[in-house]
Formats: sequence, C-alpha cells, structure tokens
Amino acid sequence: MAHAISHDQAHDPMNVTNPEHAEHHIVTPLQYSMVFGTLLLFTGITVWVAYIDLKVFNPILALAIASFKAVVVVLFFMHVKYQSRLIKLTVACGLFTFTVLTIMTLSDYISRSWGLW
Amino acid sequence: MSTAAYSSNTIVLLPDQATATIPKKNYITAEHGLLSWLLTGDHKRIAMLYLISITFFFFIGGAFAGMIRLELLTPQPDLVSSDTYNKFFTMHGIIMVFLFLVPSVPATLGNFLMPIMLGAKDLAFPKINLLSWYLYVVGGVLILAALVLGGVDTGWTFTTPLSTHYLNTHVITAAMAIFVAGFSSIFTGLNFIVTIHRMRAPGMTWFRMPLFVWSHYAASILMVLGTPVLAITLVLVALERAFGIGVFDPTKGGDPLLFQHLFWFYSHPAVYIMILPGMGVISEVISTFSRKRVFGYTAVAFSSVAIALFGFFVWAHHMFIMGVSNYSALVFSLLTMLVAVPSAIKIFNWSFTLQKGSITFETPMLYAFGFMGLFTIGGLTGVFLGSLGMDIHLTETYFIVAHFHFVMVGGMLMAFLSGVHFWWPKMTGRMYPESLSKLAAVTTFIGFNLTFLPQFILGYLGMPRRYHAYPPEFQVLNVLSTAGATVLGIGYMLPLLYLGWSLKYGEIAGNNPWQATGLEWQIQSPPLTENFVEIPIVDYEAYDYEWLAKKQKEQVTTVG
Amino acid sequence: MDNTIASTNALDAQPLMPHETAAHEHEEHGHVFVPQHRHHFETEEQQREAGSFGMWLFLLTEIMFFGGLFFAYLLYRNWYYPAFAVASNQLSVPLGGTNTAILITSGFFMALGVWAAEVRKRKMLVVTLIFTTLFGMAFIGIKYDEYHEKWEKHHIPGAQFDVSDFVNPAANGITDEQPLSPDMAQHTQIFFFLYFAMTGMHALHMIIGLCLLFWLTWRAYKGDFSSGYVAPIENFGLYWHFVDIIWLFLFPLLYLINRHPLH
Repeated sequence: MAHAISHDQAHDPMNVTNPEHAEHHIVTPLQYSMVFGTLLLFTGITVWVAYIDLKVFNPILALAIASFKAVVVVLFFMHVKYQSRLIKLTVACGLFTFTVLTIMTLSDYISRSWGLW
Repeated sequence: MSTAAYSSNTIVLLPDQATATIPKKNYITAEHGLLSWLLTGDHKRIAMLYLISITFFFFIGGAFAGMIRLELLTPQPDLVSSDTYNKFFTMHGIIMVFLFLVPSVPATLGNFLMPIMLGAKDLAFPKINLLSWYLYVVGGVLILAALVLGGVDTGWTFTTPLSTHYLNTHVITAAMAIFVAGFSSIFTGLNFIVTIHRMRAPGMTWFRMPLFVWSHYAASILMVLGTPVLAITLVLVALERAFGIGVFDPTKGGDPLLFQHLFWFYSHPAVYIMILPGMGVISEVISTFSRKRVFGYTAVAFSSVAIALFGFFVWAHHMFIMGVSNYSALVFSLLTMLVAVPSAIKIFNWSFTLQKGSITFETPMLYAFGFMGLFTIGGLTGVFLGSLGMDIHLTETYFIVAHFHFVMVGGMLMAFLSGVHFWWPKMTGRMYPESLSKLAAVTTFIGFNLTFLPQFILGYLGMPRRYHAYPPEFQVLNVLSTAGATVLGIGYMLPLLYLGWSLKYGEIAGNNPWQATGLEWQIQSPPLTENFVEIPIVDYEAYDYEWLAKKQKEQVTTVG
Repeated sequence: MDNTIASTNALDAQPLMPHETAAHEHEEHGHVFVPQHRHHFETEEQQREAGSFGMWLFLLTEIMFFGGLFFAYLLYRNWYYPAFAVASNQLSVPLGGTNTAILITSGFFMALGVWAAEVRKRKMLVVTLIFTTLFGMAFIGIKYDEYHEKWEKHHIPGAQFDVSDFVNPAANGITDEQPLSPDMAQHTQIFFFLYFAMTGMHALHMIIGLCLLFWLTWRAYKGDFSSGYVAPIENFGLYWHFVDIIWLFLFPLLYLINRHPLH
C-alpha cells in the first residue's frame, strides 16, 4: 500500500460504521448533576404553577415544562447531543410520527361540528 | 466452465448435471439436530423456519377461504349458521393478514437475502431475529387456540363496540395473538433497519444496494413506527372487554371511532408493509429476466420511501362512512390520491425496464407479469375508492373485497411466489421443475381472475361484504367466483408439491442459474453459514447487466 | 480532550481479561476486541453503534405505543373536562411529586452508572446501579400505595366503581369541589381507566426494567462491564431514561389538571 490507511478504513473505506468519525464523548458527572438539578427545579415549578389560575395557559405551560425536561433528558442523560446525525434523525422521526398521529386524528374531532354539512 | 446447453429461450444456465453436486459445506449441513435449528442465530435458517410456518398458516387461512366460497355458492344461508360464517371470514382475514402477508416476504426472503445482498455475515441482531420467529409462533399458536376454543367473529378489523361489548367470542385471545405477532414484525423491521444502516460491505453505498433492500427498508420503517399503535389498540380492546369502561362505547361516553383511528393508523401502513417487499422482489425479477438494469433506479428507491411516508397520512380512507367529519374526509381523500403516485411510478419504471430488454418467460417472470397487471388493476380500483362519492357507494361491498384481493393476492402473493421461485435455487441448491411451475403460475393467474373479477361487478351491483346470504340474481357471479377459487387452490397446492419434490430430485442449480447480478448470486448455493468466504468490496453499480454481458461475450470470443 | 475516550483500538488500552481463542486471530491486526464481540461485526465501534441504534428504534416503538394512550387521554380530557378535573384532584400531588423526584433521581444514578462503566470504575458502577434500583423500587412502592387507596375508595373502573364522591362531594367530606351531574360523574371512570392504563403500563415497564437491573447489577459486580464493554449499561440507560420521560409527561397530565382554587 502506498499510503498508510487505518485498519478500519481498510475494512470499511466507505466508513459505514462511524460515518461522522464521532469521537466517543463522555458526559461528566458534573454535567449530569446540573441536569439533575434542573429537572428537580422544573418539577417544583410545574407543581407551583399548577396552583395558580392561568386559565388556558395552565396545560400549555405544564406541557411546555414537561417537554423541556424531556429534551434535557434526551440530550444529556441519553447522550443524544453527542451522538451521530443518524441517532438524532431517529429521535426526530419518532416524534414526527407521534405528531402525525395526534394532529391528523385530532383534525377529525375538531372539525366534526363545523358548519352543517 | 459449464457445458450446459444455452438456449435463447431461457437464460437458465445450469452446471453439468452428470458431475455437479451440492456443496458439502453449507448452512444446512453446518450443524445437525433439531436444536441446532431451533436455537440458531443464522438468518438463513431462521428464514427457512419462517417459510415452513407461514406456509402452514397460509393453508389454514386458505381452507377458511374455501369454506367462505363454498357457502357463497348458493344465495341462501344454507351451509353454516351466520355466526359460523362470521368466524370463517374473521379467521381467514386474521390469519392471512397477520400470519401470512405481513411476514411473508420480509421474514423469509428478506431474512435470507438481506445480509447477503449487503455483503454482511448476518443481520445486526441474530438473537432478536430468532426471538422474532418464536414470537410469530406464539402468536400463531394463540390464534389456533382461539380457533379451537370456538373462534372469533368480529371481522379482522375488530370494530368496536361490537368486539368490545356485543360479542361472546374469544376476542381477547385473538387480540393477544396479534399483539405478540406484531412484536415479531417490529423486531424484524428493527433488525433490518440497523443492518442496512450499519452493516453494508465496503463500497456498498445506498445507491448501489439492490432495490429489494430499499423496499425492505421502507417496509421496516412502517413496521417499527406503525405496529406499536396496533399493539396499544389491542390492549385497549382487551381492557375494555375485561372491565367494560366505555373507552369505545358510545352509551358510556366513549367514541367507537377512536378505536378505528388507532386501528387504521397501523392497518393502512400495514398494507404497504405487505406490498413493499413484494415490489422489491419484482424489481429484482424483472431486471434479471429482461437482462437490463432497472429503469430509474433512484426513482424506484425514493418511491419506496415515499410510499412509506405517505402511507402514514391516509388511514381514514377506511372510515369515510363511519362518522369522520367531512372536512377530514376531504383531506384524507386528497392524500389518498397522492399516495397512489409513487406506486404508479414503480409500475412505469418496471415497464420501461422491460422495454428493449431481452425478455424470457421463466416462472418468476410469469408471476412478475401477473403482478404488474393485477396490481395495476387493484391499485387503480383503490383510487376509485379514494374518491368520496364512489366510496360511499362501494364501501363495505364486494368491490372492496375484490380491490384488496387484487393488490394482496394478485399483487403480493404473486410477488412472494415469484421470489420463492427466483431464489429457490439459491436457498436450496436445487432447481424446481420449470414446466410444472409454469403450469402452476398460469393456473393461479386464471383462477385468480375467475375468482375476483366477478367480485368487482358484484360489489358495484351492491352485494355487501361479510354477508353469507345474497339476492338470487347475484348467484351466477358468485358461482364463477367459487369455481375460480377452486382453480386458484389447485394453483397454490402445486408449488407445495413440486417445491418439496425438488428438494430431493431437482436439478443442481449452481451458483448463478439465472446469470443474475447481485452479491447473492456470486456465492455458492446453498450459501455457507457465514455467507462469504471474504467480505466483498463493491465497486460496481447494481444491476450491471451490461458489464455481465460484456464479460460473457469476452468469454465466448476467447474460447472460440 | 479529557472528555473523550481513547479508541478501543489503541494498543495502550488497559489489558483486557483473557478472551476466547476465536478473538486471538484479530489481535494481529491491531484490533483489541472485548470478549463479547460478535463475529458478524467487523469492529467494536460498529457493534456498539448498531446496539445503540437498535435500542433507539425500540424506543421509537415505545413512543408510538404510549402515543395511542396519550391521544385517547387528549380526546377524553377535551370531551369531559369537568369530570377529568375533579377526578384528577383525587390524586395526591405530594405523592405524585415525590414520585417524580424519585424517578428523576433514579435516572440521575443511572446516568452516573453509565459514566462509571465508561471510565471502568467497577465499584462505582455497582453502587450507582443499586441506587437506581432502590429509587425505582421506591417509585413502585408509592404507586402501589396510591393504587391501594383507589381500591379502598372504589375508584377502580368497573363494576365496583362508586360515583358518590363526584355526584355528592359534600356528603363525603370533600369541600372544595363542585358536584357533577350523574352523566359527567360516570365519565370520571374514563379518567380513572386512563390513569390506571397509563400509569399501569408505565409501572409494567418499570418492573421489567427493575428485573433487568437486578441482572445487570449482578453482572456488573462480576466485572462484565468495567473493561470496555459498556453497551448493555448504555442501552439499558436509554430504556430507563425513556420510561422516566413518559412519567415526566404523565405527572402533569394526570395529577395537575386543575389544581387552582374553586372559582
């Protein structure tokens, strides 16, 4: 061989197995602790806000906070922030499909009593 | 170099039968004993296990079809009681959909061929592959249990509140059977997706993969994302039956349409799970027997994914008359029209593959031609049903029955048989008897048309589905249909017999009897357990028939 | 660069436990395979990536599985809001909130466990796994307590369901709720059905996870996961965090529908 290629490249010149040459990042306990604190804090906020009458914003805020917590868990506890594009795309696909189920089914229920067709 | 006769009427090229043998070391002879099969991780052995099990359930489902057609010979409900008749069509539907059509191509041909086509030694998760088969078997046993205990009569669609409140049959057993079989499907799809993404051989880019793989990729996405919704729906039905809450019961404030939305959210993509792998087979077969690369490879690949994607957006076209809002029905109708487009693109591309190709008419190609014609009819009638006005007239009639049998039986089952015949020499090392198989293919085609074409007319004239009595003026068409079913049954029995025969007495096939491109044809038949002696490095495009023809021409000229 | 692990291909990696002869032939190429290497994979990296991707695909199926339940909840909460609000107030926020904190803590320990496996600290891995399990068991314990309370108050849907708390709250000592009409009161059953279905399905997933945790802790104690083979811990961590996320949504949706004072 004229030039040195890594053994992985000899086996896998298309670099199928690690396409983004992602270094294997390790999340530190400090980062985990900060996430932990954030999660507990926002749980407290969720409970506190539930006792305040914000009319239609109560469920919106509750879901928004829950979504924020979920995103934080996915990115840090589940390492997705440091994973390949494939993993990120996979998570997005799951959320997309759930969204399609919810929104398209809801569109039937919401539009049932429009007009008098 | 083989000295076998090379006739221009066929592309089959077999080794000299006087001296040829099946390779001594292959995946079948690698280990002996029942446990070596039942505890195997080898994707090829698991594929064979699946082949045996789905064939078993196919014939049970077929027997129920026979009973249905027998009852429908006469307009009066004179063969069986109405409850029994309901059980016939329910069991026929459940077994055929969940235990035959969904796993047919992916679990047998997909399992066997996918790693080889990609240049891999096995699927990503062999143990999960085996688990998949066991889950299938458990699901099948539970269905048999439901059958033996008295059967289910809800229709395969388990419509509520009939299934949750008004019937006394073994709905929960059947629901749990399908739940388990669903996980079998999910794990197969999961395995395929990981294998395709992460285990391709060096040089095997996405656009060098056979289209068979693309189809399975699209179907696997549907399996993974759609099947869990069916799972939770069945759980809810079971809980509803057990506790009588009212989640789907209008008298208690529930909405029966909620069940239907959740059920069809899976069951519509399910039909694409069923057909896409079949389409993959057709791509392979048509290109091999036209000696031409598939026209518009990229379009076919992307259309597979497009079918999968759009397939998620159209489910309520099964519910147009059920009480969905008119606005919602409009949206779903429009989307249904759109989903037909990628399927049509495939048919166009296959047609253009045939154009100016060197076409020969071996059995797999006969089935493929049958597929193209019958799937087109089935697909077009689907478009009729997608338009709201037509659907109101045609829904819940025999038109629907004919439509889905055209796509599923005329389409999918023909594709499955095409694939089984095409890859039989690879999987077993032996050829099937060509003239008998051609006879079976033609018999199947004739029987199929005789069975199901009259049903379009019956449906249009107004004969409802799932009824075992009908007005006497429909009798002639029904008799035609039953006669066709008999012919069809013979057509399906024949392969069982001659394929079994061929295991011992068939001609030795050699590595590449069809002179096809593709990695699976470069290895021995039957393959080694590890598939490849050395992992191949792929530096050519798929379906490179020009390269293959040039190589053969060079061989011929150098010999002379 | 101290956050990145040296590739397992590096020859200065820690010496591994003795492994089967089948792996020896790979060593000449400079590969260092863990004993758990599967032969249909070419490299360690490929095996780990595939495993992680496979687990994520499984989690996608879980999203869709729970998704159906979440949709049913969305629909009926909209249709029968008064019933859902009143029924939700029957759940205990202190217990639910504590459970949420417990589950978050369990997840925190699981994440620490993954770190411990990655930096090959066997004892810390075992300790964190044990704490993960303990907090998980505490969650189930409190859930049992809550279910038991529902049983006693006849709020379990079905033949035994008792609507009197909702039709006539004052008579049952509930002072801060409006009474519901008998029809709407019946619909509280749908709330409780969804409550039991959703938290029950969640609890089932947790119990399966706890069983797996016992097995993983035992294997971690034996040292299976502190020599470079991290995949089972990582992938189980993904599962555990996902089950946690489900609860993060269940808590506000079930417990906190309408907690502000009567108006």
